[in-house]
Amino acid sequence: MNPQILGVVVMFVATLLLAVPLGKYIAKVYSGQKVWTDLVFGRAERLLFKTSRIDTTREMTWKQSLTALLTLNVIWFLWAMFCLLNQAWLPMNPDHNPGMTPDLAWNTAISFLVNCNLQDYSGETGVSYFSQVFALMFLQFVSAATGLAAAAVVFNALKDRTTTQLGNFYNYFLKSCTRILLPLCLLIATIHLFEGTPMTFKGMDTVTSLQGDTMHVSRGPVAAFVAIKHVGTNGGGFFGANSAHPFENPTYLSNIVQMIAQILLPFAMVFAFGFYANKKRLAWVFWGVMTTGFLILVVPTIIAEVHGNPYIAQMGIAQPGGNMEGKEIRFGAVASAFWSIATTVISTGSVNAMHDSFMPVSGMNMLLGMMINSFYGGVGVGFLNFFIYVILAVFIGGLMVGRTPEFGGKKIEAKEMKIAMIIALFHPFLILAGTAVASYLAAHDANMGWWFADAAGKHNASGWLNNPSHHGFSEMLYQYTSSSANNGSGFEGLTDNNPFWNISTGIVLLFSRFLPIIGPVAIAGLIAQKKFIPTSSGTLKTDTGTFGLLVFAVKIIIAALAFFPALALGPIAEWMKMH
Amino acid sequence: MRNNKEGLFKKELVAEAIKQSFIKLNPKYQFRNPVMFTVEIGTIVMLFVCAWILAGEANQGSFTYNFIIFLVLLATLLFANFAEALAEARGKAQAASLRKTREETPAKKIVLMGEIFVNEVQIVASSQLIKGDYFVCETGDIIPTDGEIVQGIATIDESAITGESAPVIREAGGDKSSVTGGTKVLSDKIKVKVTTEPGESFLDKMITLVEGASRQKTPNEIALTILLSGFTIVFIIVCVTLQPFATYAKTPIPISAYIALFVCLIPTTIGGLLSAIGISGMDRALRANVIAKSGKAVETAGDLDVLLLDKTGTITIGNRKATKFHTAQGIAEKAFIKSAVLSSMADETPEGKSIIELANINPLTLQVSSPRFIKFTAETRSSGIDYDDVQIRKGAYDSMKTMVEKAGNPFPASTIEDVNNISSNGGTPLVVIENNRVLGVVELQDIIKTGIFERFERLRKMGVKTVMVTGDNPLTAKYIAEKAGVDDYIAEAKPEDKMAYIRKEQATGKLVAMMGDGTNDAPALAQADVGVAMNSGTAAAKEAGNMVDLDNDPTKLIEIVEIGKQLLMTRGTLTTFSIANDVAKYFAIVPALFIASIPALQRINIMNLHSPSSAILSAIIFNAIIIPMLIPLALRGVAYKPIGASALLRRNLLVYGLGGVIIPFIGIKVIDLLVALFM
Repeated sequence: MNPQILGVVVMFVATLLLAVPLGKYIAKVYSGQKVWTDLVFGRAERLLFKTSRIDTTREMTWKQSLTALLTLNVIWFLWAMFCLLNQAWLPMNPDHNPGMTPDLAWNTAISFLVNCNLQDYSGETGVSYFSQVFALMFLQFVSAATGLAAAAVVFNALKDRTTTQLGNFYNYFLKSCTRILLPLCLLIATIHLFEGTPMTFKGMDTVTSLQGDTMHVSRGPVAAFVAIKHVGTNGGGFFGANSAHPFENPTYLSNIVQMIAQILLPFAMVFAFGFYANKKRLAWVFWGVMTTGFLILVVPTIIAEVHGNPYIAQMGIAQPGGNMEGKEIRFGAVASAFWSIATTVISTGSVNAMHDSFMPVSGMNMLLGMMINSFYGGVGVGFLNFFIYVILAVFIGGLMVGRTPEFGGKKIEAKEMKIAMIIALFHPFLILAGTAVASYLAAHDANMGWWFADAAGKHNASGWLNNPSHHGFSEMLYQYTSSSANNGSGFEGLTDNNPFWNISTGIVLLFSRFLPIIGPVAIAGLIAQKKFIPTSSGTLKTDTGTFGLLVFAVKIIIAALAFFPALALGPIAEWMKMH
Repeated sequence: MRNNKEGLFKKELVAEAIKQSFIKLNPKYQFRNPVMFTVEIGTIVMLFVCAWILAGEANQGSFTYNFIIFLVLLATLLFANFAEALAEARGKAQAASLRKTREETPAKKIVLMGEIFVNEVQIVASSQLIKGDYFVCETGDIIPTDGEIVQGIATIDESAITGESAPVIREAGGDKSSVTGGTKVLSDKIKVKVTTEPGESFLDKMITLVEGASRQKTPNEIALTILLSGFTIVFIIVCVTLQPFATYAKTPIPISAYIALFVCLIPTTIGGLLSAIGISGMDRALRANVIAKSGKAVETAGDLDVLLLDKTGTITIGNRKATKFHTAQGIAEKAFIKSAVLSSMADETPEGKSIIELANINPLTLQVSSPRFIKFTAETRSSGIDYDDVQIRKGAYDSMKTMVEKAGNPFPASTIEDVNNISSNGGTPLVVIENNRVLGVVELQDIIKTGIFERFERLRKMGVKTVMVTGDNPLTAKYIAEKAGVDDYIAEAKPEDKMAYIRKEQATGKLVAMMGDGTNDAPALAQADVGVAMNSGTAAAKEAGNMVDLDNDPTKLIEIVEIGKQLLMTRGTLTTFSIANDVAKYFAIVPALFIASIPALQRINIMNLHSPSSAILSAIIFNAIIIPMLIPLALRGVAYKPIGASALLRRNLLVYGLGGVIIPFIGIKVIDLLVALFM
């Protein structure tokens, strides 16, 4: 086998092999069973709960859990805004980077709060070390833990019983940080140190090149940052170039480690659900559906990237490495293609190559990954998004076997359908409406005034596009899709650090983060209160391949097809013109 | 009255339905159905576009083309209305034929203080009878309204309702005291108390359930409507945002194309048929001679987990029969049989008659002088005959044993063994004694209905548990339960036991159905999720249940479960079909929208449709005509096969899911070939 292909296969299999035991461990952590990390963290956790007067044995309803979740998030947001706006005079700013403009701070704070990490700034010049560590890295931890804890509430609600008490949210939250994220991050950061990733609080280094030029080389506490960036599927890079930067992702091995780090928890959470709620077969069906979707996206992408760019081929230039524009030589076309899909189906959004330079079909697949947003999906939230489609599939499937629909022994009725439908609706709404506004403005080349100015100081809306026509459309579509999927990767090529893009994507980010958490938790909470109906041979079985197929079909038809006209005008048109 | 085989499209029903299809275009009415309401808005917009073109607008395509689109959309609406109207018309026709019999018959009302006498009988119109009134009916009278016999006994011809020609006996007191309006008294005279207000009988309630306008949506229908509305909103978003996208891509799209894309994508197939499916579910129940008091009851029937069935009449044919004589030790078999026959001479019960049948002796040939017959009483629990100095008794084992032992005679061990054997084989032993000496035992056996085993097997495959309720002792009950193939039984059942069993099952989350007729069944009927009262039952039972079976057929529960499942399945499969159709429609319309300005997109025109306008026309024509083509399926319901949920899902996904993806590709292509001929 081609060693490049072998590399990604090994990566995938290794992730799966690690994810199953990790899932079991996570299930134990959430159900309060004894685990080895008790020895390390147990005492500190108890002290923390004692000083903050939280009684972890006091269980909470779904509404109380959500209130706790949202309150915490508001406080974190205010803290992050404070750091980013005031970083100029705050400590740990050796490079003397200035404070952020309010619209950029709003976008950045929200974007890290919601686990998206859309970065309209560049890490080298845009933020201080104080902001990197205490605002951004802090948010990378807590936003991932928020998703995990919300998923834990849903796991609890899906057990075979009737209850309103769904565990203690604070307990889930803290344990997500200490027992899951922290140990994994320590491990991954350590590996990166050995691979050459910097970990320092010193400012830029000054190097004199062979030609005698003076170069300023940015550095900082990168290793720590890179670890949580992937483990928490955050994706925000320490440097502007993200994981394409030689400090942030120095070797092929570090690339593999980062790859595994970002897929690991989304895999493990599916299995954790299986172990926790004692629905192992169902967990495998879910994983199977997700993996099918992932493969359908990743295989054509790898093929397209390996085959290279037909325009370059027409010029008579051989492309032995495939389409290498915007890619790093140390990773190659295959690993970059694999990464591009992994980072988009999961809501990481870190990049190790420039997505703008991928073949149109690859761009389409990345968009589809984010449009569906639950072929794995982000930590915790991927499972929650998937759960919405399960509810819709159960409803249709239940009827098809001649029963009023039920999932896990609980009836799915009007109220749950209403919530599921609103959540399923909002994602295409945010993406399409955002892109529609931007396209309208671009098409009419509107004068944007304060909202937008390009490098030359012109206020024409078309100025935010670096590419005309279909590719330009893809750039705008990608930006809103990435925001609405809380992904954070950029197609690049879009001038996005300006009030229009900062504010509009910020709003999209807020809605698309919290609604898909509130909705599934509410549905789970509602069905947890319902009477449990034991299964009979007339009940729709959800842990079967047939049901998996139904979930898959529902996702494709609702999530993917709604974007067909938009995709036809962007990547599909570009692709068809190219061939 | 049963007209199951009647065609779906009877002429007068169709004529009525066509008329109704136009009346239902009223937006106030359409508003009830969000999917079709948006189609109506689209249709109105197209009408304005046509007018705009006539007024000189040049960028929206030709008038003819736009007008055809308007017509196709109008047809879509009319087809959907027609489906609902036809279902309604069928239901109403069914109900009306039941109601016809009961309209305006003269009633002999008893007036407490009459003009001349106390309790004077006056002739009034049946519609003037109100709840609590009394009336009398004599031979030949039509019973004017539903009521309960308070005095007298009569044979009644209920064929007007049940289609069963054999007359039935109804009498005051007991569980067979209920009479139904429209039935005819064949003999005797009865005094009846009116139990329903005019216009509120079960039939009247049923009629409102098959009328679209006043019909309440069932919980599942509401949830499905939410799903469909959700889809509609998604596609509103898709179509509205397409405008700026197209402007950016410098591809002008005429209004007709937006509307066509929208109407094709929203689930009009299921949206148009949803109401018809609900109505025809009720109609199917009515055709099975079951009056459901709410649509929810029929829906719930599909979910039933447990059926409580009375043994007698449901599982076994009414009566026990003598199957064998077991002679006691030291007694001549002939003498025993003769005594057994003698003791049954005057016994009019089916059991008694079957003993004579089995013995094959005409009792009149047995010469006995001045016989005195002893009737069965609850105290002695035996019957028999006295003649000369001979006393013959037959009865239950324990009562016979007391009599024998009281007289100081031994009860033979071999007979005790026989008695036990018979009991454990599900039979009932009848001990025969002569002058307090045991002669032997007659074995009575229940006869299990043929085909009942297979029906229970079918229910088991549907995931429905069957429970036999019987007054028999546990041993007999167990034997019959095993032989008939029921999953569980309640022996020596009292009405409270039924109630307790239902509560127990419901506590574990199961849905329970039962059938009953007596007043003492009423609490359990009310407790059960689906309580089917027999029409012959008491008013209390009928009030407590949520369905009434006009045929008084205890096996009807099985049919009711299937009707419920069919209703839900039809909704599910047509929803799947409707949504799956979108794949092909996208591939027809999306290239049509953009080909003019982006010729490269010709490659996603995988159906190779003639031209953009023919593609759009074909898609909306397909979208319209699929509705009438599916009307028969919506009205008849998807066939339910008890093959287990997983197999059923596979099958329906294959037929309606995959079929729903493929059929429109073929359909649209064929229509396009035809449309191309005119372009």
